[in-house]
Amino acid sequence: MSEFKQTFNSSLGKKLIMALTGLFLCTFLIVHLGGNLLLFKNDDGYSFNAYANFLTHFPPIEVIAYLLYLCILVHTIYAIILTTRNRRARPVGYAVQTKSPASWSSKNMGILGAILFLFIVIHMGDFWFTYKYNNILGFKEYRTNLVTGERTVTDFKPEYADFENSVATENNVEIVRVKDLHARVAFSFSHLWYVIFYVIAMGAVAFHLLHGFQSAFRTLGWVHRRYTPIVYFIGTWLFAVIIPLGFAAMPVVYFIQSLK
Amino acid sequence: MQAVSGGYNYKKITDYTTYNPVTHNSKNMSGNMNLTLKVWRQKNSQAAGKFVTYKAEGISPDMSFLEMLDVVNESLTLKGDEPIHFDHDCREGICGMCSLYINGRPHGPKKAITTCQLHMRSFSDGETITIEPWRSAAFPVVKDLATDRSAFDRIQQAGGYISVNTGGVPDANEIPIPKVIADEAFNSATCIGCGACVAACKNASAMLFVSAKVSQLGMLPQGQPERYSRVQSMVAQMDAEGFGNCTNTGACEAECPKEITLTNISRMNNDYFSAKLFREEHAHDQNGD
Repeated sequence: MSEFKQTFNSSLGKKLIMALTGLFLCTFLIVHLGGNLLLFKNDDGYSFNAYANFLTHFPPIEVIAYLLYLCILVHTIYAIILTTRNRRARPVGYAVQTKSPASWSSKNMGILGAILFLFIVIHMGDFWFTYKYNNILGFKEYRTNLVTGERTVTDFKPEYADFENSVATENNVEIVRVKDLHARVAFSFSHLWYVIFYVIAMGAVAFHLLHGFQSAFRTLGWVHRRYTPIVYFIGTWLFAVIIPLGFAAMPVVYFIQSLK
Repeated sequence: MQAVSGGYNYKKITDYTTYNPVTHNSKNMSGNMNLTLKVWRQKNSQAAGKFVTYKAEGISPDMSFLEMLDVVNESLTLKGDEPIHFDHDCREGICGMCSLYINGRPHGPKKAITTCQLHMRSFSDGETITIEPWRSAAFPVVKDLATDRSAFDRIQQAGGYISVNTGGVPDANEIPIPKVIADEAFNSATCIGCGACVAACKNASAMLFVSAKVSQLGMLPQGQPERYSRVQSMVAQMDAEGFGNCTNTGACEAECPKEITLTNISRMNNDYFSAKLFREEHAHDQNGD
Protein backbone atom coordinates (compact mmCIF):
# COMPACT_ATOMS: atom_id res chain seq x y z
CA MET A 1 0.00 0.00 0.00
CA SER A 2 1.37 3.36 -0.89
CA GLU A 3 2.41 5.77 1.82
CA PHE A 4 -0.41 8.14 0.90
CA LYS A 5 -3.09 5.48 0.93
CA GLN A 6 -1.74 4.04 4.17
CA THR A 7 -1.91 7.43 5.86
CA PHE A 8 -5.39 8.35 4.72
CA ASN A 9 -6.84 4.87 5.12
CA SER A 10 -5.77 4.69 8.76
CA SER A 11 -8.29 5.52 11.45
CA LEU A 12 -6.54 8.82 12.17
CA GLY A 13 -6.19 9.62 8.47
CA LYS A 14 -9.93 9.25 7.95
CA LYS A 15 -10.52 11.43 10.98
CA LEU A 16 -8.16 14.03 9.51
CA ILE A 17 -10.22 14.09 6.32
CA MET A 18 -13.41 14.53 8.37
CA ALA A 19 -11.83 17.39 10.34
CA LEU A 20 -10.43 19.26 7.34
CA THR A 21 -13.55 18.97 5.18
CA GLY A 22 -15.68 19.90 8.21
CA LEU A 23 -13.65 23.01 8.94
CA PHE A 24 -13.79 24.05 5.29
CA LEU A 25 -17.58 23.75 5.41
CA CYS A 26 -17.54 25.84 8.62
CA THR A 27 -15.66 28.68 6.95
CA PHE A 28 -18.06 28.49 4.00
CA LEU A 29 -20.97 29.08 6.40
CA ILE A 30 -19.47 32.43 7.43
CA VAL A 31 -19.28 33.60 3.80
CA HIS A 32 -22.70 32.17 2.98
CA LEU A 33 -24.33 33.93 5.91
CA GLY A 34 -22.54 37.18 5.16
CA GLY A 35 -23.74 37.17 1.55
CA ASN A 36 -27.26 36.10 2.35
CA LEU A 37 -27.71 38.91 4.86
CA LEU A 38 -28.41 40.90 1.66
CA LEU A 39 -31.85 39.27 1.80
CA PHE A 40 -32.61 41.64 4.66
CA LYS A 41 -31.90 44.68 2.46
CA ASN A 42 -35.15 46.28 1.49
CA ASP A 43 -34.34 46.94 -2.18
CA ASP A 44 -36.63 44.55 -4.10
CA GLY A 45 -33.86 42.00 -4.19
CA TYR A 46 -31.42 44.20 -6.15
CA SER A 47 -28.38 43.48 -3.96
CA PHE A 48 -29.23 39.82 -3.48
CA ASN A 49 -29.83 39.15 -7.17
CA ALA A 50 -26.66 41.01 -8.12
CA TYR A 51 -24.76 38.96 -5.53
CA ALA A 52 -26.22 35.66 -6.82
CA ASN A 53 -25.31 36.73 -10.33
CA PHE A 54 -21.76 37.51 -9.25
CA LEU A 55 -21.35 34.15 -7.49
CA THR A 56 -22.43 32.21 -10.56
CA HIS A 57 -20.41 34.18 -13.10
CA PHE A 58 -17.06 34.72 -11.40
CA PRO A 59 -14.72 31.81 -12.29
CA PRO A 60 -12.68 31.66 -9.04
CA ILE A 61 -15.93 31.36 -7.08
CA GLU A 62 -16.99 28.54 -9.42
CA VAL A 63 -13.79 26.64 -8.60
CA ILE A 64 -14.29 27.08 -4.86
CA ALA A 65 -17.94 26.07 -5.25
CA TYR A 66 -16.97 22.74 -6.80
CA LEU A 67 -14.41 22.23 -4.03
CA LEU A 68 -17.24 22.87 -1.60
CA TYR A 69 -19.53 20.26 -3.21
CA LEU A 70 -16.62 17.82 -3.13
CA CYS A 71 -16.10 18.52 0.59
CA ILE A 72 -19.78 17.90 1.33
CA LEU A 73 -19.63 14.55 -0.47
CA VAL A 74 -16.31 13.48 1.05
CA HIS A 75 -17.44 14.50 4.56
CA THR A 76 -20.65 12.48 4.10
CA ILE A 77 -18.99 9.43 2.56
CA TYR A 78 -16.27 9.31 5.22
CA ALA A 79 -18.88 9.72 7.95
CA ILE A 80 -20.64 6.64 6.58
CA ILE A 81 -17.36 4.69 6.30
CA LEU A 82 -16.31 5.60 9.85
CA THR A 83 -19.75 4.94 11.34
CA THR A 84 -19.91 1.54 9.66
CA ARG A 85 -16.55 0.63 11.10
CA ASN A 86 -17.56 1.94 14.53
CA ARG A 87 -20.71 -0.19 14.48
CA ARG A 88 -18.69 -3.22 13.49
CA ALA A 89 -16.36 -2.59 16.44
CA ARG A 90 -19.24 -3.44 18.81
CA PRO A 91 -21.31 -6.25 17.28
CA VAL A 92 -23.06 -7.06 20.58
CA GLY A 93 -24.47 -4.07 22.41
CA TYR A 94 -25.10 -3.52 26.10
CA ALA A 95 -28.40 -4.45 27.77
CA VAL A 96 -28.17 -1.55 30.20
CA GLN A 97 -26.58 1.81 29.47
CA THR A 98 -26.54 4.63 31.94
CA LYS A 99 -26.71 8.16 30.62
CA SER A 100 -23.16 8.99 29.67
CA PRO A 101 -21.70 12.35 30.68
CA ALA A 102 -20.74 12.88 27.02
CA SER A 103 -22.69 15.72 25.39
CA TRP A 104 -25.88 14.93 23.46
CA SER A 105 -24.58 16.49 20.26
CA SER A 106 -21.33 14.49 20.37
CA LYS A 107 -23.32 11.25 20.54
CA ASN A 108 -25.71 12.19 17.73
CA MET A 109 -23.40 13.61 15.05
CA GLY A 110 -24.58 10.94 12.60
CA ILE A 111 -28.30 11.71 12.81
CA LEU A 112 -27.61 15.46 12.87
CA GLY A 113 -25.41 15.05 9.81
CA ALA A 114 -28.08 13.01 8.04
CA ILE A 115 -30.63 15.81 8.64
CA LEU A 116 -28.10 18.30 7.26
CA PHE A 117 -27.39 16.21 4.17
CA LEU A 118 -31.11 15.95 3.45
CA PHE A 119 -31.37 19.69 3.97
CA ILE A 120 -28.46 20.41 1.61
CA VAL A 121 -30.02 18.24 -1.13
CA ILE A 122 -33.38 20.03 -0.85
CA HIS A 123 -31.78 23.45 -0.40
CA MET A 124 -29.49 23.08 -3.40
CA GLY A 125 -32.27 21.56 -5.48
CA ASP A 126 -34.53 24.48 -4.74
CA PHE A 127 -32.08 27.34 -5.26
CA TRP A 128 -28.80 26.22 -6.83
CA PHE A 129 -30.25 23.77 -9.36
CA THR A 130 -33.20 26.03 -10.14
CA TYR A 131 -30.87 28.95 -10.68
CA LYS A 132 -28.33 27.20 -12.84
CA TYR A 133 -30.12 24.47 -14.77
CA ASN A 134 -33.84 24.99 -14.54
CA ASN A 135 -35.23 27.60 -16.87
CA ILE A 136 -38.15 28.62 -14.70
CA LEU A 137 -36.76 31.72 -13.03
CA GLY A 138 -37.79 35.13 -14.35
CA PHE A 139 -35.55 38.16 -14.84
CA LYS A 140 -35.65 41.55 -13.20
CA GLU A 141 -34.52 44.84 -14.67
CA TYR A 142 -33.19 47.36 -12.16
CA ARG A 143 -32.82 50.94 -13.41
CA THR A 144 -30.75 53.07 -11.05
CA ASN A 145 -30.44 56.80 -11.58
CA LEU A 146 -26.78 57.41 -10.87
CA VAL A 147 -27.41 61.07 -9.98
CA THR A 148 -30.35 60.76 -7.63
CA GLY A 149 -29.84 57.13 -6.60
CA GLU A 150 -33.51 56.35 -7.29
CA ARG A 151 -34.15 52.80 -8.43
CA THR A 152 -37.05 51.29 -10.32
CA VAL A 153 -37.65 47.61 -10.85
CA THR A 154 -39.58 45.85 -13.61
CA ASP A 155 -39.92 42.31 -14.84
CA PHE A 156 -37.73 41.63 -17.84
CA LYS A 157 -38.39 39.17 -20.63
CA PRO A 158 -35.15 38.27 -22.45
CA GLU A 159 -35.28 38.01 -26.22
CA TYR A 160 -32.98 34.99 -26.33
CA ALA A 161 -33.39 31.80 -24.32
CA ASP A 162 -29.73 31.74 -23.31
CA PHE A 163 -29.71 35.26 -21.86
CA GLU A 164 -27.91 35.35 -18.51
CA ASN A 165 -27.28 38.93 -17.44
CA SER A 166 -26.40 42.38 -18.67
CA VAL A 167 -25.18 45.65 -17.22
CA ALA A 168 -25.42 48.87 -19.19
CA THR A 169 -25.39 52.60 -18.53
CA GLU A 170 -27.60 54.94 -20.55
CA ASN A 171 -27.91 58.65 -19.80
CA ASN A 172 -26.68 58.32 -16.21
CA VAL A 173 -29.06 55.41 -15.64
CA GLU A 174 -27.53 52.05 -14.79
CA ILE A 175 -29.57 49.17 -16.16
CA VAL A 176 -28.94 45.80 -14.50
CA ARG A 177 -30.76 42.73 -15.83
CA VAL A 178 -30.32 39.60 -13.74
CA LYS A 179 -32.10 36.35 -12.87
CA ASP A 180 -34.61 36.91 -10.12
CA LEU A 181 -33.55 34.43 -7.44
CA HIS A 182 -34.98 36.76 -4.82
CA ALA A 183 -38.52 36.01 -6.00
CA ARG A 184 -37.80 32.29 -5.69
CA VAL A 185 -36.54 32.78 -2.12
CA ALA A 186 -39.64 34.79 -1.20
CA PHE A 187 -41.86 32.14 -2.83
CA SER A 188 -40.18 29.21 -1.02
CA PHE A 189 -40.21 30.98 2.33
CA SER A 190 -43.92 31.71 2.09
CA HIS A 191 -44.68 28.03 2.81
CA LEU A 192 -44.96 27.22 6.50
CA TRP A 193 -43.73 23.60 6.24
CA TYR A 194 -40.69 24.81 4.33
CA VAL A 195 -39.90 27.40 6.98
CA ILE A 196 -40.27 24.82 9.75
CA PHE A 197 -37.95 22.45 7.88
CA TYR A 198 -35.37 25.22 7.56
CA VAL A 199 -35.55 26.11 11.23
CA ILE A 200 -35.17 22.44 12.24
CA ALA A 201 -32.20 22.09 9.89
CA MET A 202 -30.57 25.18 11.41
CA GLY A 203 -31.09 23.59 14.85
CA ALA A 204 -29.22 20.57 13.50
CA VAL A 205 -26.44 22.87 12.26
CA ALA A 206 -26.18 24.37 15.74
CA PHE A 207 -25.82 21.04 17.53
CA HIS A 208 -23.63 19.52 14.80
CA LEU A 209 -21.15 22.38 15.03
CA LEU A 210 -21.37 22.72 18.82
CA HIS A 211 -19.47 19.44 18.89
CA GLY A 212 -17.98 19.36 15.41
CA PHE A 213 -16.00 22.58 15.38
CA GLN A 214 -14.00 21.94 18.55
CA SER A 215 -13.79 18.21 17.81
CA ALA A 216 -12.10 18.97 14.48
CA PHE A 217 -9.34 20.85 16.31
CA ARG A 218 -8.93 17.96 18.74
CA THR A 219 -8.61 15.56 15.82
CA LEU A 220 -6.01 17.79 14.19
CA GLY A 221 -4.08 17.48 17.44
CA TRP A 222 -4.33 21.13 18.33
CA VAL A 223 -5.05 21.30 22.04
CA HIS A 224 -3.50 24.14 23.96
CA ARG A 225 -4.32 25.59 27.35
CA ARG A 226 -4.58 29.09 25.86
CA TYR A 227 -6.17 28.47 22.46
CA THR A 228 -8.52 25.55 23.12
CA PRO A 229 -10.88 27.71 25.23
CA ILE A 230 -10.96 30.21 22.33
CA VAL A 231 -11.84 27.39 19.91
CA TYR A 232 -14.65 26.31 22.25
CA PHE A 233 -15.87 29.91 22.48
CA ILE A 234 -15.94 30.36 18.70
CA GLY A 235 -17.51 26.92 18.19
CA THR A 236 -20.24 27.70 20.68
CA TRP A 237 -21.09 31.35 20.04
CA LEU A 238 -20.29 31.82 16.37
CA PHE A 239 -21.03 28.39 14.91
CA ALA A 240 -23.72 27.07 17.25
CA VAL A 241 -25.55 30.32 18.03
CA ILE A 242 -24.97 33.30 15.72
CA ILE A 243 -24.72 31.50 12.37
CA PRO A 244 -27.72 29.16 12.82
CA LEU A 245 -29.81 32.02 14.23
CA GLY A 246 -28.84 34.25 11.31
CA PHE A 247 -29.80 31.61 8.75
CA ALA A 248 -33.01 30.67 10.57
CA ALA A 249 -34.05 34.33 10.69
CA MET A 250 -34.26 34.47 6.87
CA PRO A 251 -37.14 32.03 6.30
CA VAL A 252 -38.89 33.27 9.46
CA VAL A 253 -38.73 36.95 8.45
CA TYR A 254 -39.76 36.20 4.84
CA PHE A 255 -42.66 34.06 6.04
CA ILE A 256 -43.92 36.84 8.32
CA GLN A 257 -43.60 39.32 5.44
CA SER A 258 -45.54 36.98 3.16
CA LEU A 259 -48.50 37.09 5.55
CA LYS A 260 -48.99 40.80 5.02
CA MET B 1 -16.11 -22.55 74.71
CA GLN B 2 -15.00 -19.05 75.67
CA ALA B 3 -14.20 -16.57 72.93
CA VAL B 4 -10.84 -14.88 73.28
CA SER B 5 -11.30 -11.14 73.53
CA GLY B 6 -10.19 -9.36 70.36
CA GLY B 7 -9.72 -12.61 68.50
CA TYR B 8 -11.96 -14.52 66.17
CA ASN B 9 -14.50 -17.08 67.18
CA TYR B 10 -15.12 -19.29 64.18
CA LYS B 11 -18.27 -21.32 64.27
CA LYS B 12 -18.04 -24.89 63.08
CA ILE B 13 -19.82 -25.55 59.80
CA THR B 14 -22.38 -28.20 60.58
CA ASP B 15 -24.69 -28.10 57.59
CA TYR B 16 -23.36 -27.19 54.15
CA THR B 17 -26.83 -26.87 52.62
CA THR B 18 -27.58 -23.82 54.74
CA TYR B 19 -23.98 -22.53 54.99
CA ASN B 20 -23.49 -18.93 53.92
CA PRO B 21 -19.85 -17.85 54.03
CA VAL B 22 -20.78 -14.25 54.70
CA THR B 23 -23.33 -14.54 57.43
CA HIS B 24 -21.83 -17.61 59.07
CA ASN B 25 -19.45 -15.77 61.39
CA SER B 26 -21.29 -12.49 61.39
CA LYS B 27 -22.66 -11.35 64.74
CA ASN B 28 -24.76 -8.56 63.30
CA MET B 29 -26.74 -9.32 60.18
CA SER B 30 -28.98 -6.28 60.31
CA GLY B 31 -26.89 -4.15 57.91
CA ASN B 32 -26.52 -6.83 55.27
CA MET B 33 -28.08 -6.56 51.85
CA ASN B 34 -30.05 -8.83 49.57
CA LEU B 35 -29.49 -8.22 45.88
CA THR B 36 -30.67 -9.60 42.57
CA LEU B 37 -27.95 -10.08 39.99
CA LYS B 38 -28.53 -10.30 36.25
CA VAL B 39 -25.30 -11.80 35.01
CA TRP B 40 -24.19 -12.45 31.43
CA ARG B 41 -23.38 -16.14 31.11
CA GLN B 42 -21.63 -17.42 28.01
CA LYS B 43 -20.05 -20.84 27.77
CA ASN B 44 -17.24 -19.83 25.38
CA SER B 45 -16.39 -17.35 22.65
CA GLN B 46 -18.47 -19.23 20.07
CA ALA B 47 -21.55 -19.94 22.19
CA ALA B 48 -24.50 -17.56 22.39
CA GLY B 49 -24.76 -15.98 25.81
CA LYS B 50 -27.72 -14.96 27.91
CA PHE B 51 -28.55 -13.23 31.17
CA VAL B 52 -29.11 -15.47 34.19
CA THR B 53 -30.62 -14.11 37.41
CA TYR B 54 -29.06 -14.92 40.77
CA LYS B 55 -29.88 -13.94 44.32
CA ALA B 56 -27.02 -12.54 46.38
CA GLU B 57 -28.18 -12.67 49.97
CA GLY B 58 -26.67 -11.48 53.22
CA ILE B 59 -24.12 -9.30 51.43
CA SER B 60 -22.09 -7.03 53.71
CA PRO B 61 -21.97 -3.41 52.52
CA ASP B 62 -18.25 -3.46 53.32
CA MET B 63 -17.51 -6.13 50.75
CA SER B 64 -15.95 -5.21 47.46
CA PHE B 65 -17.94 -5.98 44.32
CA LEU B 66 -15.62 -8.88 43.50
CA GLU B 67 -15.98 -10.31 47.03
CA MET B 68 -19.73 -10.23 46.52
CA LEU B 69 -19.25 -12.26 43.32
CA ASP B 70 -16.93 -14.61 45.26
CA VAL B 71 -19.78 -15.23 47.71
CA VAL B 72 -22.23 -15.93 44.91
CA ASN B 73 -19.70 -18.22 43.26
CA GLU B 74 -19.11 -20.10 46.50
CA SER B 75 -22.80 -20.88 46.79
CA LEU B 76 -22.94 -21.81 43.09
CA THR B 77 -19.99 -24.16 43.57
CA LEU B 78 -21.60 -25.75 46.62
CA LYS B 79 -24.74 -26.35 44.59
CA GLY B 80 -22.61 -27.97 41.88
CA ASP B 81 -23.21 -25.15 39.37
CA GLU B 82 -20.56 -23.55 37.21
CA PRO B 83 -19.26 -20.43 38.98
CA ILE B 84 -19.44 -17.05 37.23
CA HIS B 85 -16.17 -16.38 35.44
CA PHE B 86 -14.74 -12.90 35.76
CA ASP B 87 -11.26 -11.37 35.47
CA HIS B 88 -9.45 -10.18 38.60
CA ASP B 89 -5.97 -10.16 40.00
CA CYS B 90 -4.48 -7.61 42.40
CA ARG B 91 -7.78 -6.40 43.85
CA GLU B 92 -6.22 -3.07 44.78
CA GLY B 93 -6.90 -1.09 41.63
CA ILE B 94 -3.50 -1.20 39.96
CA CYS B 95 -3.31 -4.26 37.74
CA GLY B 96 -6.08 -3.46 35.26
CA MET B 97 -7.35 -7.02 35.24
CA CYS B 98 -10.85 -6.54 36.63
CA SER B 99 -13.50 -5.25 34.29
CA LEU B 100 -17.33 -5.64 34.40
CA TYR B 101 -19.93 -3.33 32.92
CA ILE B 102 -22.10 -2.79 35.99
CA ASN B 103 -25.56 -1.23 35.64
CA GLY B 104 -24.58 0.39 32.36
CA ARG B 105 -21.17 1.72 33.36
CA PRO B 106 -17.67 0.27 33.19
CA HIS B 107 -16.35 -0.43 36.71
CA GLY B 108 -19.75 0.51 38.16
CA PRO B 109 -21.34 3.71 39.39
CA LYS B 110 -18.41 5.39 41.14
CA LYS B 111 -15.92 7.72 39.48
CA ALA B 112 -12.22 6.94 39.07
CA ILE B 113 -12.14 3.46 40.60
CA THR B 114 -11.89 -0.07 39.32
CA THR B 115 -14.46 -2.78 40.02
CA CYS B 116 -12.29 -4.28 42.77
CA GLN B 117 -12.33 -0.89 44.54
CA LEU B 118 -16.11 -0.66 44.30
CA HIS B 119 -17.89 -1.50 47.54
CA MET B 120 -21.36 -2.87 48.01
CA ARG B 121 -22.32 0.18 50.08
CA SER B 122 -22.55 1.93 46.71
CA PHE B 123 -25.70 -0.12 46.09
CA SER B 124 -28.92 -0.27 48.04
CA ASP B 125 -30.62 -3.26 49.62
CA GLY B 126 -32.97 -5.01 47.21
CA GLU B 127 -31.36 -3.51 44.12
CA THR B 128 -31.08 -5.40 40.84
CA ILE B 129 -27.58 -5.22 39.40
CA THR B 130 -26.92 -6.03 35.75
CA ILE B 131 -23.39 -7.26 35.06
CA GLU B 132 -22.10 -7.47 31.49
CA PRO B 133 -18.68 -8.06 29.94
CA TRP B 134 -16.85 -5.34 27.97
CA ARG B 135 -18.50 -5.23 24.56
CA SER B 136 -16.04 -4.90 21.73
CA ALA B 137 -15.22 -6.93 18.64
CA ALA B 138 -11.56 -6.60 19.64
CA PHE B 139 -12.30 -7.99 23.14
CA PRO B 140 -14.05 -11.31 22.46
CA VAL B 141 -15.79 -12.93 25.43
CA VAL B 142 -13.75 -15.90 26.65
CA LYS B 143 -16.33 -17.07 29.17
CA ASP B 144 -19.14 -15.26 30.99
CA LEU B 145 -17.72 -11.88 32.02
CA ALA B 146 -14.10 -12.56 31.13
CA THR B 147 -12.92 -11.05 27.85
CA ASP B 148 -9.72 -11.51 25.87
CA ARG B 149 -7.92 -8.17 26.04
CA SER B 150 -4.71 -9.36 24.41
CA ALA B 151 -5.38 -6.84 21.62
CA PHE B 152 -3.98 -4.26 24.06
CA ASP B 153 -0.88 -6.39 24.58
CA ARG B 154 -0.31 -6.59 20.83
CA ILE B 155 -0.65 -2.80 20.52
CA GLN B 156 1.93 -2.43 23.30
CA GLN B 157 4.25 -4.91 21.64
CA ALA B 158 3.97 -2.97 18.37
CA GLY B 159 5.71 0.07 19.83
CA GLY B 160 5.13 0.66 23.52
CA TYR B 161 8.76 0.37 24.51
CA ILE B 162 12.03 2.31 24.51
CA SER B 163 15.52 1.23 23.48
CA VAL B 164 17.99 1.09 26.34
CA ASN B 165 21.69 0.47 25.82
CA THR B 166 23.45 -2.02 28.01
CA GLY B 167 26.36 -0.77 30.08
CA GLY B 168 26.85 0.99 33.37
CA VAL B 169 23.94 2.24 35.43
CA PRO B 170 23.29 5.88 34.51
CA ASP B 171 23.24 8.45 37.30
CA ALA B 172 19.83 9.13 38.74
CA ASN B 173 18.39 12.44 37.51
CA GLU B 174 21.13 12.68 34.91
CA ILE B 175 18.62 13.65 32.25
CA PRO B 176 16.88 16.94 33.03
CA ILE B 177 13.11 16.70 32.67
CA PRO B 178 10.88 19.70 33.49
CA LYS B 179 8.48 18.91 36.30
CA VAL B 180 5.37 19.73 34.25
CA ILE B 181 6.48 17.26 31.58
CA ALA B 182 7.33 14.61 34.13
CA ASP B 183 3.91 15.08 35.77
CA GLU B 184 2.06 14.88 32.46
CA ALA B 185 3.99 11.79 31.40
CA PHE B 186 3.29 10.21 34.76
CA ASN B 187 -0.42 11.00 34.49
CA SER B 188 -0.48 9.19 31.14
CA ALA B 189 1.53 6.33 32.60
CA THR B 190 -1.11 5.68 35.25
CA CYS B 191 -3.19 3.92 32.56
CA ILE B 192 -3.61 0.32 33.73
CA GLY B 193 -4.90 -0.94 30.38
CA CYS B 194 -8.19 -2.23 31.79
CA GLY B 195 -10.14 -1.34 28.64
CA ALA B 196 -12.86 0.71 30.35
CA CYS B 197 -12.31 3.38 27.68
CA VAL B 198 -13.18 0.89 24.94
CA ALA B 199 -16.15 -0.36 26.95
CA ALA B 200 -17.48 3.16 27.54
CA CYS B 201 -16.92 4.50 24.02
CA LYS B 202 -19.96 4.36 21.76
CA ASN B 203 -17.58 3.45 18.94
CA ALA B 204 -15.59 0.91 21.00
CA SER B 205 -12.50 2.96 20.20
CA ALA B 206 -9.19 2.24 21.92
CA MET B 207 -7.72 5.67 21.27
CA LEU B 208 -7.59 6.74 24.92
CA PHE B 209 -5.53 3.68 25.82
CA VAL B 210 -3.23 3.93 22.80
CA SER B 211 -2.77 7.67 23.24
CA ALA B 212 -1.89 7.25 26.93
CA LYS B 213 0.77 4.69 26.02
CA VAL B 214 2.08 6.85 23.18
CA SER B 215 2.16 9.94 25.40
CA GLN B 216 3.79 8.39 28.42
CA LEU B 217 6.88 7.52 26.37
CA GLY B 218 6.75 10.23 23.73
CA MET B 219 6.86 13.06 26.27
CA LEU B 220 10.04 11.90 28.00
CA PRO B 221 13.60 12.19 26.64
CA GLN B 222 14.08 8.42 26.93
CA GLY B 223 11.18 7.87 24.55
CA GLN B 224 12.39 10.21 21.80
CA PRO B 225 14.34 7.78 19.57
CA GLU B 226 11.19 5.79 18.71
CA ARG B 227 8.74 8.64 19.18
CA TYR B 228 7.51 8.91 15.58
CA SER B 229 7.85 5.27 14.57
CA ARG B 230 6.11 4.23 17.81
CA VAL B 231 2.96 6.20 17.16
CA GLN B 232 2.70 4.85 13.61
CA SER B 233 3.19 1.24 14.68
CA MET B 234 0.78 1.43 17.60
CA VAL B 235 -1.96 3.15 15.58
CA ALA B 236 -1.51 0.60 12.76
CA GLN B 237 -1.88 -2.24 15.26
CA MET B 238 -4.89 -0.54 16.87
CA ASP B 239 -6.56 -0.37 13.46
CA ALA B 240 -5.69 -3.98 12.70
CA GLU B 241 -7.36 -5.12 15.93
CA GLY B 242 -10.72 -3.75 14.78
CA PHE B 243 -11.34 -0.99 17.31
CA GLY B 244 -13.64 1.89 16.37
CA ASN B 245 -12.74 5.51 15.73
CA CYS B 246 -12.68 8.36 18.21
CA THR B 247 -15.43 10.97 17.88
CA ASN B 248 -14.19 13.05 20.84
CA THR B 249 -17.32 12.46 22.92
CA GLY B 250 -15.24 12.16 26.09
CA ALA B 251 -17.12 9.13 27.47
CA CYS B 252 -13.76 7.35 27.88
CA GLU B 253 -12.26 10.16 29.92
CA ALA B 254 -15.32 10.21 32.18
CA GLU B 255 -15.18 6.46 32.86
CA CYS B 256 -11.42 5.93 33.07
CA PRO B 257 -10.54 4.64 36.55
CA LYS B 258 -7.23 6.49 36.29
CA GLU B 259 -8.76 9.67 34.82
CA ILE B 260 -6.63 9.68 31.67
CA THR B 261 -7.61 12.82 29.75
CA LEU B 262 -8.80 13.31 26.17
CA THR B 263 -5.79 15.58 25.63
CA ASN B 264 -3.72 12.41 25.21
CA ILE B 265 -5.68 11.60 22.04
CA SER B 266 -4.91 15.00 20.55
CA ARG B 267 -1.27 14.55 21.49
CA MET B 268 -1.23 11.16 19.72
CA ASN B 269 -2.91 12.67 16.63
CA ASN B 270 -0.35 15.46 16.62
CA ASP B 271 2.56 12.99 16.71
CA TYR B 272 0.91 10.75 14.13
CA PHE B 273 0.26 13.51 11.61
CA SER B 274 3.75 14.92 12.25
CA ALA B 275 5.22 11.51 11.50
CA LYS B 276 3.06 10.79 8.48
CA LEU B 277 2.93 14.19 6.84
CA PHE B 278 5.82 16.32 8.00
CA ARG B 279 8.78 14.13 8.92
CA GLU B 280 10.56 12.62 5.97
CA GLU B 281 13.08 10.72 8.10
CA HIS B 282 10.34 8.63 9.68
CA ALA B 283 8.29 8.20 6.55
CA HIS B 284 9.48 4.71 5.69
CA ASP B 285 9.35 3.04 9.07
CA GLN B 286 6.15 1.20 8.26
CA ASN B 287 5.82 -2.09 6.43
CA GLY B 288 9.42 -1.92 5.23
CA ASP B 289 8.56 0.15 2.16
